Amino acid sequence: MSETDAPLHTAPSPGPAGTRATPARAASDALVTLREVGIRRSGRWLVRGVDFSVSRGEIVTLIGPNGSGKSTTAKTAIGVLKPDEGRVEKIGGLKVGYVPQKLSIDWTLPLTVERLMTLTGPLKSAEISEALSSTGILHLARAEVQHLSGGEFQRALLARAIARRPDLLVLDEPVQGVDFSGEIALYDLIKTIRNRTGCGILLISHDLHVVMAETDTVICLNGHVCCRGTPQAVSQSPEYQRLFGVKAAQTLAVYNHDHDHTHLPDGRVLHADGSLTDHCHPEDGHHPDDRHPDQHREHDTAVADHVHDDSCGCGHSQIRLKRLEPGKRDRA
Amino acid sequence: MLDDFFIRALIAGVGLAITVGPLGCFVVWRRMAYFGDTMAHSALLGVALSLLLDLNLMVSVFLVAALVSLLLLALQKRGGLSTDALLGILSHSSLSIGLVIVAFMTWVRIDLVGFLFGDILAVSEADIDIVWGGGILVLMALVMLWRPLLAATVNPEIAEAEGLKPERSRLFFMLLMALVIAIAMKIVGILLITSLLIIPAATARRFSASPEIMAVFASLIGAVSVVGGLFGSLHFDTPSGPSIVVAALVIFVLSLLPFGRRGRDGTPFSPPGGHH
Repeated sequence: MSETDAPLHTAPSPGPAGTRATPARAASDALVTLREVGIRRSGRWLVRGVDFSVSRGEIVTLIGPNGSGKSTTAKTAIGVLKPDEGRVEKIGGLKVGYVPQKLSIDWTLPLTVERLMTLTGPLKSAEISEALSSTGILHLARAEVQHLSGGEFQRALLARAIARRPDLLVLDEPVQGVDFSGEIALYDLIKTIRNRTGCGILLISHDLHVVMAETDTVICLNGHVCCRGTPQAVSQSPEYQRLFGVKAAQTLAVYNHDHDHTHLPDGRVLHADGSLTDHCHPEDGHHPDDRHPDQHREHDTAVADHVHDDSCGCGHSQIRLKRLEPGKRDRA
Repeated sequence: MLDDFFIRALIAGVGLAITVGPLGCFVVWRRMAYFGDTMAHSALLGVALSLLLDLNLMVSVFLVAALVSLLLLALQKRGGLSTDALLGILSHSSLSIGLVIVAFMTWVRIDLVGFLFGDILAVSEADIDIVWGGGILVLMALVMLWRPLLAATVNPEIAEAEGLKPERSRLFFMLLMALVIAIAMKIVGILLITSLLIIPAATARRFSASPEIMAVFASLIGAVSVVGGLFGSLHFDTPSGPSIVVAALVIFVLSLLPFGRRGRDGTPFSPPGGHH
């Protein structure tokens, strides 16, 4: 989408140590490609100019504030929403597994976890058991879905999506309601699935720290693509320091880092210097933030320049931060 | 005591109950009770048009019901008024237009009460053929549509993402509803069709461990209601259509009594049709 994104986007990823033969990043391997996609509702652009692809074996994570169009983008990628602008290219016969952000099943529908597994296609009982054990809910196979806790239901939905062995797994906040240790286990599982089956994964998450560790490409949305890159490239960049060197809220910094412009209802962009453009390309010179990185000083000074340990008091979870260090990324 | 007309009523009624059972489950699961009501009410407009234009009664009722459901879809897409309000407008205005047209046609006399509340005791052998033939058609279509329709009921987005075309199943479902309403009108009447769709399905919920079992149970409970209602109507000399609904209600109330698998775990019963 923009020239300044390129250095981050094309940064080489480390060779995987595990079963994944090559980092699948070649365009020919793309399962789904969004080209300048825009979705418009009631005269307002929910997202516009969204441009990315998900390849086999690649984990792409969408991040961004509420209402930034993460779910809208994911739904467009899998054909639930039709783009009002741009286009979505999919490979023929693409098999999708989808975990939506919200799903409530009416009490009147008697549905056990086991029956939920075969909702959109038949499965062998061994495949069902395997998917349920991998998400840790095999013992709930005969439970009614309405009686599950939020975390258990989320595991059931994930099990359902992976049991059908999709080419593309689309997970809209898949670990919501799951406790912390379960969250780590589920992200490990997502990584394992990618390594074992080579499927592409499009992930939406608020939980940046854990996600970042397993992701190939991070795309920050705010009605458009704000920035993107591999976690490695991002983590070494000054921007990354800004993103994660935040005391107050670990995710808030990400959301605040680039909001030097506002998207108007008609799709135009109002910049901080008062000018209007059709797009918000950083190179167009309307971004004071590009010239004045110290705008985020209050975030930087607090925590960016020290090693996190139990005594630093910045509130960062030591376990989580360790998982982010590029050298220690375990991709086996 | 058992005359031919009574036997015919039993055969037709049981056939209808078996047909509407699974369809009624979807009406309950999809919270479309009021929608079913609206389609049924529009049947009177179908009756009026059939008389006015000299069309086959069932074809006319089917077409009007299908048209009303498509109209609702279009209005929903357009946005603005809530589905609730739209249904209220469509439901009663189609019923009223039907009644007004009938009133203008001074040259025809129709048994309005028969259309509103059914006249199962007047069922002919040709009607039985239609009920069973149409019923088998509806059930076969439902079996073929089952997976996409159920997936679309649980979550249309998952169904769409995973290639099951929820819009198409929704359209087919509405056509099946229109067909069932055309078939059922003569037996339970326009005003009571929805109850035969909903009450047996709601009763079946407590005893069902899967959607498929619930569909079968709804058919069986509906069949028992028809038999019970018809014998009751014969015994107490009450109108047949309402008697069938009362019988279904009695079974439903009995099923609420605290016994059985689900009665003990304290699952609250949420009345279907409570939300439109």
